[in-house]
Amino acid sequence: MRTILFWIFSGVAVVSALLCITRRSPVASALWLVTTLFHLAALYVLLDAHFIAAVQVLVYAGAIMVLFLFVIMLLNLGRTGPGDMKGAWGRVVAGVAGFVLLGELLAFRLAAPPGRLRLPAGAVEHAAEEQGAVTAIARPLFEAYLVPFEITSVMLLAAIVGAVVLAKRKL
Amino acid sequence: MLLGPALAVSAILFSLGVVGVLLRRNAIIIFMCVELMLNAVNLTFVALSQQLGLDGQVFVFFVMTVAAAEAAVGLAIIIALYRHRDTLNLQHINLLRG
Amino acid sequence: MPLDLEHGRDLTLALLPELLLTAWAAALLLYAAWRHRDSSAQRRAGWLSLFGIAASAGAVLWLWIGGARLEGPATSVAVDAFRWAVDLIILVGAALTVLLSVHYLDREGIRVPEYHPLVLFAAVGMMLLAGGADLFVLFLGLELMSVSVYVLAGINRRNPASAEAALKYFLLGAFASAFLLYGIALTYGATGTTKLSRIGAQISALGIESHPMLAAGLALLFVGFGFKVAAVPFHMWTPDVYDGAPTPVTAFMAASVKAAAFAALVRLLLEAFAALQPGWDGVVWGLAAITMVVGNLIALAQRAVKRMLAYSSIAHAGYLLTALVSGSLAGAAAFLFYLLFYTLMTVGAFAVLIAKGRSGERDVTSDDLSGLAESHPLLALTMTVCMLSLLGFPGTAGFIGKWYILTSATGAGYAGLAVVLVLTTVVSAGYYLPIVMAMYMKPRLHEMAHADVGLPRVVRGMLVALVVALLFYGIWPNQLLTLAREGSHAFLPPHVTPVAVPFSPN
Repeated sequence: MRTILFWIFSGVAVVSALLCITRRSPVASALWLVTTLFHLAALYVLLDAHFIAAVQVLVYAGAIMVLFLFVIMLLNLGRTGPGDMKGAWGRVVAGVAGFVLLGELLAFRLAAPPGRLRLPAGAVEHAAEEQGAVTAIARPLFEAYLVPFEITSVMLLAAIVGAVVLAKRKL
Repeated sequence: MLLGPALAVSAILFSLGVVGVLLRRNAIIIFMCVELMLNAVNLTFVALSQQLGLDGQVFVFFVMTVAAAEAAVGLAIIIALYRHRDTLNLQHINLLRG
Repeated sequence: MPLDLEHGRDLTLALLPELLLTAWAAALLLYAAWRHRDSSAQRRAGWLSLFGIAASAGAVLWLWIGGARLEGPATSVAVDAFRWAVDLIILVGAALTVLLSVHYLDREGIRVPEYHPLVLFAAVGMMLLAGGADLFVLFLGLELMSVSVYVLAGINRRNPASAEAALKYFLLGAFASAFLLYGIALTYGATGTTKLSRIGAQISALGIESHPMLAAGLALLFVGFGFKVAAVPFHMWTPDVYDGAPTPVTAFMAASVKAAAFAALVRLLLEAFAALQPGWDGVVWGLAAITMVVGNLIALAQRAVKRMLAYSSIAHAGYLLTALVSGSLAGAAAFLFYLLFYTLMTVGAFAVLIAKGRSGERDVTSDDLSGLAESHPLLALTMTVCMLSLLGFPGTAGFIGKWYILTSATGAGYAGLAVVLVLTTVVSAGYYLPIVMAMYMKPRLHEMAHADVGLPRVVRGMLVALVVALLFYGIWPNQLLTLAREGSHAFLPPHVTPVAVPFSPN
């Protein structure tokens, strides 16, 4: 059952990603990207990352993509002329580069992590059940990864200041 | 469980994102393709976290924060440029030879 | 002073330079929020930011001289001389940028009081990028730096070229970050850790030198860093970005951003992937060679000085990569030495360009500099020393730096790359020397050609100090070389025994 669902969700995610990069109108592209992100959230559920799945929907699909759509509409980019896609030469380059990259990645990726590193099956699920899905993630976030966590706060501050500086109307 | 397939799906999504960046000329769509690439990486982290421990899921948080910060600044840059040029087509954004 | 980073107090001490600078930047941001009406407040914000940089540098020196060293397990930041040395180079670059900017912002009528806090935030990001001992500290430091610099590149909102530079830099940077992140994910997948020293230990403990996932991860990390240091197949938009950004920001990008990204690459290669050196040396070799050849050849074809300097900085990425190829301590020491003087000479050259520019640095050609020596001897002297040092002329610090890079490469058996370096250096004379000749040998284009050229006294003082440093250490480099060697000792083969596998199946 899990496997079947996995393939359904991944199939939809890949097809919508394909549509996202080929649709002419930015709005359509953005909506297909949202579809991909929702199906990724479903995949996260299947991979036992329930909390991440919720955050994915809230932050990614809910906040970041809304910002994208907002800007697209603000700038009135709903309809774009035919010049957006690169010419034949550009398409060939993009296609070849994509296939080479995909081939290399797949060839390399199908190798799993070294066996000695792997946790016993169900260990992560078990930890999440024992401590609760949020606690199990919050603990490393505020202990082992405290420094990176603090850096993100500075980064967000810089990003907020930067966005205001660049986008405010009055010079 | 499902590690291999999940890694393969994420490789496909990442490659699609790269193709999109190389294929499109509209700045905002290129940026969306970069977001697709970041999400592909997130799928890798989540898949790995099943076997390597919950650290992988913590990393997804950091990636999302980075994506949010980049989105804020990137879209501000796009708006600032649009005020000057009235286009986001990189073919027409050519003040600088390149 | 032993620091155990598991303890809050020691962690705070280890991060003191970054913390001071962050706090100062935040305070400055508040100041800018209240005092933003007149340009004198903006100037004052600039001078104030220098105090923050000085405080941070003081903390770095205190830690270095106090002999801070890591005790206990490696965690998120490195505590070693390499980090202190790179921190100081970054802070010098940031201070020089601020000095150039105060006058420049006034002159160009750019009234953005948040400019200086953003420079400080970028510097914090650079220090974390260069000092991170965890792939995620490194990545988030990189993002903090990048986000701030994207904004700085587009800070001149009246100028469409600046907005275009910001967009191109942003798209390129975000694309590169995605590659870098994928590389981090695969490295994590193969080793089960993101701590640099642990990665190195795991690679030998697990015997996964040829694990495909690790190889793919390293390859993607190379692509990401290739974009960030503007090495050649990944340099596409770099000249445009350097060309369009406000000139002090260009100097910051060409000097400090590149320095920080390079330092992180050195740490990554020598600490985490040292065992794979026989595999990655070929990649670095190829990148270095093609970067030197392409960068120098295209620089030769440029007319505008700003664009020429952009390509020259690409060529210098090739020289710095040459220092990495052997993965040896001598290479790391040569790298540190060259990095300091690369920062000084790059900023110096851009400073002269700013003086000459007057709202049009992008159009200045070497002809426009004709006869500058007659009316502005100091500026001409600065430009000459910087050009000769960039070229690697004997008697300047650039020569010593290149010499040590060469010996580190030939000493490890990479003579071929050394030959490429020497040949491309000869080519580079073709674009550095015409500028010197124009300044000293050609007459002014017209009487008033340099009438509005000038820099405030503080900046002139800075240029004098810079010229003195470039010449002094070109003749007596020994003291600094000793320090650079001490810095490189951070990468001595680990004396700790490899850590056990973190998750053992039970």
